Amino acid sequence: MKAIAKLALGTALGLALFAGSASAQNVKIGLVAKSLGNGFFEAANKGAQEAAKELGGVEVIYTGPTSTTAEGQIEVINALIAQRVDAIAISANDPDAVVPALKRAAQRGIKVISWDSAVGKDGRIVHLNPSSNELIGNMCLKLAASHLPDGKGDFAILSATSTSTNQNTWIAEMKKQLPKYPGLNLVTTVYGDDLADKSYREAQGLLKSHPNVKVIVAPTTVGVLAASQVVKDAGKIGQVYVTGLGLPSEMAGAVHSGATKEFAIWNPIDLGYTATQIAYRLVKKETEGKPGSEINVGRMGKIKIGDNGEAAMADPFVYNKGNVDEFAKIF
Amino acid sequence: MSTLALEKQPTRHIPDKLSTPAGRILGSWETLLAAVAISIFIANSFASPHFLDPWNLSDATYNFTEKAMIAFAMTLLIISGEIDLSVAAIIALASTAMGAAAQAGFQTPALVGIGLGAGLLCGAFNGLLVARVGLPSIVVTIGTMSLFRGIAQIVLGDQAYGGYPASFAWFGQGYMSDFSWWPALPGFEVVTFEMVAFVILALAFGILLHWTAFGRRIYAIGNNAFAAQFSGIPVQRTKFILFLMTGLMSGFAAVCLTSRLGSTRHTIAAGWELEVVTMAVLGGVSILGGSGTIPGVVLAAIVMGLVTFGLGLLNVPGIVMSIFIGLLLILVIALPIVIRRIRSKAAA
Repeated sequence: MKAIAKLALGTALGLALFAGSASAQNVKIGLVAKSLGNGFFEAANKGAQEAAKELGGVEVIYTGPTSTTAEGQIEVINALIAQRVDAIAISANDPDAVVPALKRAAQRGIKVISWDSAVGKDGRIVHLNPSSNELIGNMCLKLAASHLPDGKGDFAILSATSTSTNQNTWIAEMKKQLPKYPGLNLVTTVYGDDLADKSYREAQGLLKSHPNVKVIVAPTTVGVLAASQVVKDAGKIGQVYVTGLGLPSEMAGAVHSGATKEFAIWNPIDLGYTATQIAYRLVKKETEGKPGSEINVGRMGKIKIGDNGEAAMADPFVYNKGNVDEFAKIF
Repeated sequence: MSTLALEKQPTRHIPDKLSTPAGRILGSWETLLAAVAISIFIANSFASPHFLDPWNLSDATYNFTEKAMIAFAMTLLIISGEIDLSVAAIIALASTAMGAAAQAGFQTPALVGIGLGAGLLCGAFNGLLVARVGLPSIVVTIGTMSLFRGIAQIVLGDQAYGGYPASFAWFGQGYMSDFSWWPALPGFEVVTFEMVAFVILALAFGILLHWTAFGRRIYAIGNNAFAAQFSGIPVQRTKFILFLMTGLMSGFAAVCLTSRLGSTRHTIAAGWELEVVTMAVLGGVSILGGSGTIPGVVLAAIVMGLVTFGLGLLNVPGIVMSIFIGLLLILVIALPIVIRRIRSKAAA
């Protein structure tokens, strides 16, 4: 029995050590990641902490399950409800399964928003998209134009599969906005199916069949990487440029080799910052987050809430030689 | 010379009685677990001001009720010397079947029947391969783990089934106070359906294992299957029934979990098989078969639920929580062995 008593004492002490001390006046915002130990979400937390510091009197509780499951997130949500946080900002592992738990949070007066990966419309007030299809399409064209002398010349698109919903929407947006860039001439669109080897071959074929193409735009992380490799392997650095949407960690090499000057993707720091700002404004009742309204989000300006309570944060963030290494460490 | 040899032998302490009944209760695994559970409960209530809130505690029970339902059946299976690692995959398949039925317009009673039936069928499949064909259960159920979840994955792809009838939500989200006959006593309003199911199933499995001939057969099979066979125990049939039960309980857990989530994806209950086995082992069930009790598993379920909820309240990251559960498992298993060593040394 002595051993049992010792064990009990040990457990009690061990648990008591975890006890934090939070002041009651703070606005408590639970920032829920898809899973912990993922650089993207760690970066979002960095942005959230920045927003908390700026706003003052805000405590951001960064948490999430060990693996990307809905069940794990529900346990986390329950724990946040139990602590009586004022708001929950979640990147959901499952848009539907977390809805009942989040509804319960809402019933107990907690303001719920989703960011990055959406929650069904019944489970949250606002969903914050990192960007919008329109902005992404425009950014791809802007990047293509900036790689061409005087913004004039031929470019081609290397996409994922011909049935990829995201890529097709973005390509359609690019075509729609093409008149804004009169010097740009879209020659063709090829599909690499988001496979590294097929994307490589398609890009290779593109350079042979269309020697006038000076820029390849790939709105997919696999494609943009493969095309950069082709340009490098073909010794065409400085003659042909690759741009599009890519991950800093994968694209750092291409940027340094010169195959890519600039590319774009969302900035997780800004995303965490904006999500925290929106959650704070909802708690402080500065906004109700109704469709059509605008929310002030500090250094990110104002955000307009669209249909279904969805909002787009900003243009995709542009990465170049100057900042790619810093972000390559994050995601 | 023989006297010299005798002198060199260490003196042995031979107790006149093995142990007193009171001593047996005090030194038992269940007492140890109960002490751990109580100390964690006390530590939690000191560590967080929100722990003792009845609604919070009620929410916290969801951390273990569904897993414990399967763990009860798993306990019987492990005691008999077998194991079922496909339980989480059965949940995925049963949930997919219910989702498909809900899409086709079936109502709540039919959905529950389909969930239980799917679980039963999966259990029967495992049972046939182990008890009839004679394959080792660990191999069979590692195979069916991929098979069952694979079917769910093919059916669902990256899609989800939703649109369950509103009344279906009661199993995983409902409170007993929804019934007019439920006593309106203070504290009773937070009792969920899953809690009641947990208690009833604990009693049912406890009685089955500890007070029936069927239960004694399970121990006999686990201790020595050959001897049991020659004593006239229908070893293969008993094992088949145990796989059926595990399948059925997985089906029931699927009903509760699907109802709680309100949707089905093929990743549902991912990784639960290990948590269920952990619960049984922490509850004192020998992984080699032959020993273990239901009260032990009940306590282990509560301990695991309290630890995850308590640490969750303090925003301890999930990774640290896994480490804590792992340490707890090693500690609880190692402690009795260490105490025995120290005692026998002290006696020597």
